[in-house]
Parts: sequence; structure tokens; C-alpha cells
Amino acid sequence: MNDMNLDISLTVNGERISERVEARKTLVDFLREDLGLTGSHVGCEHGVCGACTVRVNGEIVRGCLMLAVQCDGATVETIEGLSDSGELADLQLAFEQRNALQCGYCTPGMLAAAQDLLKQGGVPSRDDIREHLSGNYCRCTGYHAIVDAVEAVAQARAGGKK
Amino acid sequence: MKPAPFAYRGARALDEAVGLLGEHAGAKLLAGGQSLIATLNMRLSAPSLLIDINSIAGLEGIALKDGKVEIGALTRYVQAERSELIAKHAPLLTRAIPHIGHAAIRNRGTLGGSIAFADPAAELPACLLALDGEVDATGPKGKRTIKAADFFKGLFETALGPQDVLTGIRVPVASKDTRVGFAELARRHGDYAMVGLAASAHADGKGLADVRLAFFGVGATAVRTKKAETALASGNIDAAVAALDLDPPDDLQASGATKKHLAGVLLRRVAKQLYEPRS
Repeated sequence: MNDMNLDISLTVNGERISERVEARKTLVDFLREDLGLTGSHVGCEHGVCGACTVRVNGEIVRGCLMLAVQCDGATVETIEGLSDSGELADLQLAFEQRNALQCGYCTPGMLAAAQDLLKQGGVPSRDDIREHLSGNYCRCTGYHAIVDAVEAVAQARAGGKK
Repeated sequence: MKPAPFAYRGARALDEAVGLLGEHAGAKLLAGGQSLIATLNMRLSAPSLLIDINSIAGLEGIALKDGKVEIGALTRYVQAERSELIAKHAPLLTRAIPHIGHAAIRNRGTLGGSIAFADPAAELPACLLALDGEVDATGPKGKRTIKAADFFKGLFETALGPQDVLTGIRVPVASKDTRVGFAELARRHGDYAMVGLAASAHADGKGLADVRLAFFGVGATAVRTKKAETALASGNIDAAVAALDLDPPDDLQASGATKKHLAGVLLRRVAKQLYEPRS
């Protein structure tokens, strides 16, 4: 090991991982290329599009604006883990039913950002939903269907708690 | 694109970071990385070494001290955004921070990083200027404090020396007479502003005193418009708009003339906020 290549240990989707990575490798490239977790997408690579959104230590981050070496000791959750756990099942179903995706490129990041808002609880307004998803570009849907899906899930989850 | 190769070191203490900056001329500090890593990815910057300061103890946190609100350099936007202490004692920051990037970016980006990077279209440098704040830095000769007015020197240029580490910022505690205002225009919420305005003042009877207007996105640094401040203090909003001595250059987002017009629009919005009683 030298300062250009470093050993890191982290938890990804519940699995303990130890790898040697290049210092310059971003988290999203590490997830895709080294771990084969290709659900996180690479779009703009400068933090604008949100396609690479993943969870690190419980908070959503841009996978392209964090280095893999910075995740030593961290807990990372990608769309694969969030999907397998069932945490997003209702949101995924709502996206499908309301045509809130077409090509699907933005969808993993969109789901992670939407779930970040929904887990704060309550039923956010449509403006709040738009604001929270403002960092995630979708070039297919025009966003209305996405906002519809997120709103419907927020209402369903709130209703289910009664 | 992908970053050019670089070495990475995690600093555990402030003097270690200062020392590494001295040993490696091509080194850069890595805090939240929300601007730096984007510039690396685009190869606008190619440092030989990144010194990660995220594990240095004592650079994070929000506290009241000697009539000032002290904010550690590594404090994340999200921490400041949710801080009751900041909402009560530095309300301009609470108004401004939701405009910075998006939730995923505010989870990582740091207040110190924004000030040290000094992007001319960024919100925090303008807030610091409007609040007459200060910057703390530590270098090879020890600690020093720099007033905001002396800190921002030019385009991405600050008073920090090559071996200085910005350790925190400080702004005066708001009094019951303090009034603040903030507005910006961006094509998409969270994007860098075409034009923005951070302002503070003191209520003086029915009028305002100590008006400080700091515009951003209009030049190489955030700038105060002193003629407009004087006019606004005398209560004449039309005169304040007419007195805006800004000459913004054209950029990719808008022409200089458009930006100047928008600056007037923002001034009217912010003036209204400044005249509102504090809730």
C-alpha cells in the first residue's frame, strides 16, 4: 500500500468488504467497477444530475463527489440493498404503476432521494417533493408522474399508521 | 471524466495538515469535497496530494462565544440548516442554506469549504460579508483571524496562504433589532445563482440602520453596494435600486444587463424582508 492505492474496509448493503482502491477512484466507480453494483448510475460526474445518489452512514450523498477511500469504515447502501431489503417496495410499485420512469437511468437515484424525504415522516407538499428531488434530473417523464408517485406513497404510508 | 492520479493522506491533527501543505507544493485540502471533487473529475484541478481533514478533531460544531456564533470549518450544511442555535442567533444562514445545492450535497458540503473555495456565485461568502463575519485560519506561524471584508480577494482567491487551514467562521449574534434578508434567482432550485443577495440591517425606529447588502454571482467576489445601502437606510427603495453600482459581466447564465436588472428585482424582495418585524 502507498498513498496512491489504499486498503479500505466498509460495509456495503450489509456485507463486509475489504478492497485496495486507487485514491482517485470515486465511490460510484468503486461500487460499479470493483463490486459490480451497477444499479448506481454515472451521469454528469460533477454533482448536478443525481444519478449516482447512494446512502453513506444513513444519509444520501453523491457517489461521484465522494472518494472510495473516504468510505473506509463507512456503511454504504446502494439501490441493490435498498431494493432487496424491501424498504422501497411500495415506492417502486408506485413508480411502475404511475409511469414515473421510462428509460430508468435516473430511477435508482430518484428512489434514494425520494425515500430520504419520505423517511422524515408526514406527507410533504408537492412543492416540498419537487424541492427535495430538485437535485435529480429526469429527462423522460417531465417529473409530474414522479411527484404523483412520491405523494401517493407518502399518503399511503401516513394512512397506514392510523 | 475521471480525476488525474493523486496521492491521499488522512490528517489527524491540524499541525499535521499544515506540515503536509508545506512539504507538498501541489497538495490540496479535502473537506466536504462537493466542489473540489467535481473539479477533479472535470480535470480543472490536478493536485498531487489530497490531504483529507475530515478526521481532525475540533473543527466541527456550532457554539456561542463572546457575543459571536462560532462555526467549525467542518460543520456540514445540513447541521447548520437544522441548528436551533443558528436559527436563533444567525438567522441569515438559516435562510440561505436551503438554497445551497441539494439535500445530498448539503449532507457532505462544509461551511468552511465554501468560504475557503470562495466561489463568486456561492451563498456563504456573501452571507459572511453581509454579517461582517470573520474567518479563523491556522498556518505555520499559528492562528489568525481575518475579517470577511479582507478575506475575499478575487476570483476563487482569498487571504489564505498556501499553508493555511481555515478552521472556522464567526458571525455576530443577532440582536432583537437585527433584520436579515436573502433571495436568489437560479434556473433550478439548488443550482448556483444567476444573481443572489444576502443582507443584514438593524431596525431603527420605523427605518433601518447599518444596512449591508452583499450581492453574489455578479463579479469576481461577492460585493457590497454601499450607495444602495445608504439609500435603503433612508427608506427609499426606488432610490436604492437606482443606486446599484453593479457592473456584472456576461456569463453562461445571463447577460450583464439581465443580471443587473435581476439584482434590482432581488433588492426589492430583500428590502421587504428587512422591513418585516422579527418573528
